Amino acid sequence: MATKVLMEALSPTMEEGRLVKWLKHEGDPIKSGDVLAEVETDKAVMELVARGEGVLRKQLANEGDSSAVGTLLGVIAAPNEDISALVNSAGPTPVPSDNTPQPLGKAADPGDVIAKAKEFEGVTSIPAAAVQSQGEASTPPQEQERRGHQRIDTSAHHADGNGAATPSGRPRSSPLARRLASERGVDLNALRGSGPGGRIVKRDIEQAPVAAAVATAPRTARVGDYQDIPLTQMRKTIAKRLGESIGPIPTFYLTVEFDLTRMAELREAMIAQGAEYKVSFNDIIIKATATALAQHPEVNAHWTGDAIRQFNRVHIGMAVAVEEGLITPVIFDANEKGLSDIAAEARELAGRARERRLKPEEYTGSTFSVSNLGMFGIDQFTAIINPPEAGILAIGAVEEKPVVVDGDLVIRKRLRVTMSCDHRVIDGATGAKFLQTLRRLIENPLMLVF
Amino acid sequence: MTVMTYRDALNQALREELTRDESVFLMGEEVAEYNGAYKVSRGLLEEFGPKRIVDTPITELGFAGVGVGAAMAGLRPIIEFMTWNFALLALDQVVNAAAKMLYMSNGQYKMPMVFRGPNGAALQLSAQHSQAWESWLAHIPGLKVVAPGTPADAKGLLKAAIRDDNPVVVLEGEMLYNTKGEVDENPDIVIPLGKAELKREGDHCSIITSGKMVLVALQAADQLAKQGVNVDVVDLRTIRPMDVEAIATSVAKTNRAVVVEEGWEICGIGAQVVDYIQRECFDDLDAPVVRVHQADVPMPYAKNLEKLAKPDAAKTIAAVKRVMYLED
Repeated sequence: MATKVLMEALSPTMEEGRLVKWLKHEGDPIKSGDVLAEVETDKAVMELVARGEGVLRKQLANEGDSSAVGTLLGVIAAPNEDISALVNSAGPTPVPSDNTPQPLGKAADPGDVIAKAKEFEGVTSIPAAAVQSQGEASTPPQEQERRGHQRIDTSAHHADGNGAATPSGRPRSSPLARRLASERGVDLNALRGSGPGGRIVKRDIEQAPVAAAVATAPRTARVGDYQDIPLTQMRKTIAKRLGESIGPIPTFYLTVEFDLTRMAELREAMIAQGAEYKVSFNDIIIKATATALAQHPEVNAHWTGDAIRQFNRVHIGMAVAVEEGLITPVIFDANEKGLSDIAAEARELAGRARERRLKPEEYTGSTFSVSNLGMFGIDQFTAIINPPEAGILAIGAVEEKPVVVDGDLVIRKRLRVTMSCDHRVIDGATGAKFLQTLRRLIENPLMLVF
Repeated sequence: MTVMTYRDALNQALREELTRDESVFLMGEEVAEYNGAYKVSRGLLEEFGPKRIVDTPITELGFAGVGVGAAMAGLRPIIEFMTWNFALLALDQVVNAAAKMLYMSNGQYKMPMVFRGPNGAALQLSAQHSQAWESWLAHIPGLKVVAPGTPADAKGLLKAAIRDDNPVVVLEGEMLYNTKGEVDENPDIVIPLGKAELKREGDHCSIITSGKMVLVALQAADQLAKQGVNVDVVDLRTIRPMDVEAIATSVAKTNRAVVVEEGWEICGIGAQVVDYIQRECFDDLDAPVVRVHQADVPMPYAKNLEKLAKPDAAKTIAAVKRVMYLED
């Protein structure tokens, strides 16, 4: 019976191979196991081995040709056997060469190649490693484990990782390896196991290249109003180390002083139009904060423990002192609301908060918070982050101060703002850039209508 | 601390408890006039007299039953079996009487008694006299089972067994009686039942074992250390109740386990240990747990075959390498 010589997947990632050299020639007698040719894979030059006996009747690929995996390279058969159907029907496609007919179809992996070859009933030239890995994969795992300790099968250690899938296609892996892989964001499918039958074990995870992890990690899912940013190794380390340093939330503080000259002008101009246009500094600051947050989703974020959740909408929590303590009613979509709306809503929410008549949905769901103690004459303070939010602004009192402008000492309305940042989410520069944007908006409030 | 043999450690435990509590007595074949078949009771007849150290006829079922009756009447009998192989004849008293008395009398009768004697194989005693019975005995609710592997554990566990109000099975070893180790002579030192001991520390693999196999595991650990493999040796000491926490703590650390037992594979103690591991440590395991045990045959008499059938250090080393995915 005729035996087909196929281009085999001699490495797990091999899709095509280059026939370097035929070691047997047409007419040579062939025994099973004879090395027929040398094949260059994407990794090394490997031997292509005959699995059938007879005579090498036909060479279908030339030295130097590259062929897709699964391509028919030759035929081994009895000297007088009719092989014309085989040669004509299952023609290969050497990639650069044109001396061969239609393709057999590219096989995905050695298992497929073997399965296809078996359909033909003729024994194929199967590389030893592939045969072994196939054999290992088809051995019931219980059978492997039942072997007594007296019979340790070390041959399994040589099994090719590509043959290490369970019948369901899942790569074999130890429970510990699966746990570690999920903790580190390593894709098991990208690994070759070094354990018996290609089982992925702890050491394989430990040696997994960072690239493998990175390649699979940043799969950002947009779920409606936010997206979770998977944690990079650096982000995880920052979270862990800084968390050890300061409490559960490693907080740092950025303090800025804004010039409110223009904001005060704006406010006076609005008030001059009538009582219905009266807005507070706080209302304008909320509007400016929301507008800045919309431009800095990296600050408009929550720490979820295993991801950073960046919000596409801006909901500002507004700390309100009440008799028993404080509560933070939320101005939803504050970046999209007009100043008058914000002013009205803030007043209304604060009023009901003091009467303890807020509904739960009115004080939950904020993406970022603002706390203002300016009315108490506090010129500067730090606020405590309201987890899982990543930041909060502490607004001090608007004060007239002497400042130097263009070389002259002048009196200006100034406002001190301190931002508390969760360092697991916000780095110093990130927070500083956000505050730059906020400064531009607060010092040029006309930008808010832009 | 004094260096003494396992035999003398047991003797000291018996002497101390006989002295401490007048209701304690020792009964069995050849325990008195002959000082015990393995001389564990040497000198006790002289010291405590024939009412406390009692020779019996060769009637295991009979004297085990006398022990059960004595315990019901308020004494604290220690029943010595010349070997646990002979105790098969007495199992009805051990299993149906001693183990169930407290339960079936609705708590009226405690069973403060000890069944003790050598367990498992010695050398060329052939199929009927080389058997390890721990899985049979540990199977029974109502019994506690200890298997000390060192002189110190032998003394401390036997004392705890005598003081316990439940029937306690003490599995000794003919091959252990002459082994030596440091023993605290303080008569107040008792080793609590149900507590394992980490006999050796290492990060690479856990060997979980008990009784005679502790020495085998330590021997394997020594040889493995020379090859750079450091193992935890968890000595269960008490087989029932088993110290699951000690097992889980070790396996969670090393991610790999080998269970070494003297008996046969099927339904052996190792099967129970593996079950605890799969339940408690599933996500910690990097390899299937491997068991080392006696070959699944009646113990051969021929010296070479007996050696092949017994679990030993070489098999333990091979098992450790297997769970560590190391080439042999």
